Amino acid sequence: MDRSRYAYVRTEPAQTLPPPPSSTGVIGWLHRNLFGSWLDTVLTLVALYIIWLVVPPIVNFAFVDAVWTGTNREACLGPEVGACWAFVKARLGYFIYGLYPVEERWRPDLVFLLGAIGIAWLLWQNAPKRAWGAAFFFLIYPVVAYFLLTGLPALGLPVVETSRWGGILVTLVCSVVGIVFSLPLGIVLALGRRSRMPVARLVSITFIEFVRGVPLITVLFMASVMLPLFMPGGVTIDKLLRALIGIALFASAYMAEVVRGGLQALPKGQYEAAQALGLSYWKMMVFVILPQALTIVIPGIVNTFIGLFKDTTLVFIVGIFDLLKTIDASLTDPAWATPVTRYSGYAFAAVFYFVFCFGMSRYSIYMEKRLSAGRRR
Amino acid sequence: MATIDIEHGAASRVAWYNDPRIRGLIYQALLVAVVAFLLYEAISNAAENLRRANIASGFGFLNATAGFSINQKLIEYSETSTYGRAFLVGLLNTLIVAAIGILLATILGFIIGIARLSRNFIINRMAYVYVEVVRNLPLLLQLLFWYNAVLTPLPAPRNSIELPGGIFLNNRGIVMPTPVLESAMAIVAAVILAGVVAAFAYRSWARRRQLETGMQYPVFRVALLLVIGLPALALVLTGFPISFEVPELRGFNFAGGTPIYPEFFALLIGLVTYTAAFIAEIVRAGILAVSHGQTEAGAALGFRQGKILRLIVIPQAMRVIIPPLTSQYLNLTKNSSLAVAIGYPDLVQVFAGTVLNQTGQAVEVILITMGVYLTISLVTSAFMNWYNRRVALTER
Repeated sequence: MDRSRYAYVRTEPAQTLPPPPSSTGVIGWLHRNLFGSWLDTVLTLVALYIIWLVVPPIVNFAFVDAVWTGTNREACLGPEVGACWAFVKARLGYFIYGLYPVEERWRPDLVFLLGAIGIAWLLWQNAPKRAWGAAFFFLIYPVVAYFLLTGLPALGLPVVETSRWGGILVTLVCSVVGIVFSLPLGIVLALGRRSRMPVARLVSITFIEFVRGVPLITVLFMASVMLPLFMPGGVTIDKLLRALIGIALFASAYMAEVVRGGLQALPKGQYEAAQALGLSYWKMMVFVILPQALTIVIPGIVNTFIGLFKDTTLVFIVGIFDLLKTIDASLTDPAWATPVTRYSGYAFAAVFYFVFCFGMSRYSIYMEKRLSAGRRR
Repeated sequence: MATIDIEHGAASRVAWYNDPRIRGLIYQALLVAVVAFLLYEAISNAAENLRRANIASGFGFLNATAGFSINQKLIEYSETSTYGRAFLVGLLNTLIVAAIGILLATILGFIIGIARLSRNFIINRMAYVYVEVVRNLPLLLQLLFWYNAVLTPLPAPRNSIELPGGIFLNNRGIVMPTPVLESAMAIVAAVILAGVVAAFAYRSWARRRQLETGMQYPVFRVALLLVIGLPALALVLTGFPISFEVPELRGFNFAGGTPIYPEFFALLIGLVTYTAAFIAEIVRAGILAVSHGQTEAGAALGFRQGKILRLIVIPQAMRVIIPPLTSQYLNLTKNSSLAVAIGYPDLVQVFAGTVLNQTGQAVEVILITMGVYLTISLVTSAFMNWYNRRVALTER
């Protein structure tokens, strides 16, 4: 082709022009996400105003104007005083252990440590010998923790009455007892609900639906008021133990429904394969069905546990000194009575519960992602 | 040898104690025996213990004089009323807080759930932070916060915070003006009723017309006119037959006006904000469950964002949303029993608290209380199941 007839011929592709500045970088992002339309702009401005109203006062209260040191209320008095962390610091021992004798506090500490090891062992996916971890947490740990906390005079551990327990110790005891007992009980109830034996099914369904239909408070009231009535004359049950029984029964009904979901999610072929191998009912359940069903519902179990952890605060109402109750009791102490004491105490409780519950919910989301890895496209 | 076994028949191949059918019967008989034993033991022990403590049994106590007062009551109640009456007061208080709570939590939950999906980054993050903070703190802590840390430190009635419209905010609650109705108000009420009926009639007429002719009618604007405009006109014509009794400070407290007690208010705020966080997550999951093609189809038809959401996405999401929403409604109702912690006179506080302490009839009181919640649970889920069936996808 004779190119000389043309004034100009492009010999290489034209350069790609960069996208218009309004659609890239910070400006583009702002335009897309915050000021896309006039409605979006209004919403953004309103939201920014709310943030401006809420965030600076909280930061000021918790950090800038907060009082960190002091020995009594004098430190936290004043017109511009924020959180009284000195109060929380002074009362920390009470918030953690309640009235547990100071020289024996290493015992709850050891129980916390062992519990942390057990839970880490169970939750960490690549931990060695996780079956041993489960055995440790569900069988050995409760017994060891029981004797460590209540005492065993034969081993030189003086007895500490449960009425002296309190604070975070009681909150954790309630939740760990709840999970340790509700999981096996819940599995039994779930199996009962799906059993072919009509009586077992009826008993399980009645229990599950009854417990799930009433508030936890009434279950706790029943445990604390009616349980002693049902006992033969002269037999008394510890107040904390009564609440623990109530919590464990309540949690097991919810756990049963979670486990049932897992059992229903398993393909029928798994049951048939186990039966074809000639396994008995219990062997089939323990070696084939439950390991798979429980793995599927780990997120559900964790969520039930989060609910249980928050619900342990209700023992407050039947007069047991959990964390919330110890904080509430400290607020009446005249030595620390200031206008900000109450906010500081509640803020401490809020941080404690948030750290635990948020951590657990992150774990459950992580497990859910991991478990659905095979189904992701 | 195998051949011999077959000749003997299946029945003789296993011992009777290995026959699954007989085993099942034995297990069940054992279960029945254990449950019956436990029940018998519990009941006989309870009867024995009650007799020894000289506590009467039976439900006769419901007719005895209660002798304590309740500040918030929807029906006549005084210290000379019976325990049965106190039970009714508590039950109504539970039902009213649950009903208002469910309504408000649903509205707030839908707003936050949709905000959580907004493309506006700040709105989206704010909804996320709200949901995570509220969901991960115990409800009891939140109730104590609202009651003890927000409402109780409000100023005394003398220094009330005055809101526009004659509303006063103080540490004894909110005092609002009481509407006083004159006789001409009956006409206005009739007009309101007529307006509502006319609006519904117009809507169904417009629908029919649209199906026949394809013409669209401004249903929303006309309905607004009928429901709001017509009564407003009637009010003007009858010369505003309504006046407000504005609360006045007399001595240490307000006289006149309608008070809303801080206990009720704290419980309501706590229940609504807490449950709304859970409802928001349900709404979000429900909307995400509607396939994106539906939104695109709506956009292809030329619908705007709001219409797509309202007419296409939400109706389909409702099918995913309703079952878990039902359990949240039940949870809210059950959680209202936390009222006992802040002294709102609900069923648990009045009945399982005060009445139980006064009469000592633990068995009857707890059984009645649990029975009430069980009944509420069953009725709510029956209603929601009916609604669920109505909106469920009908497939061929």
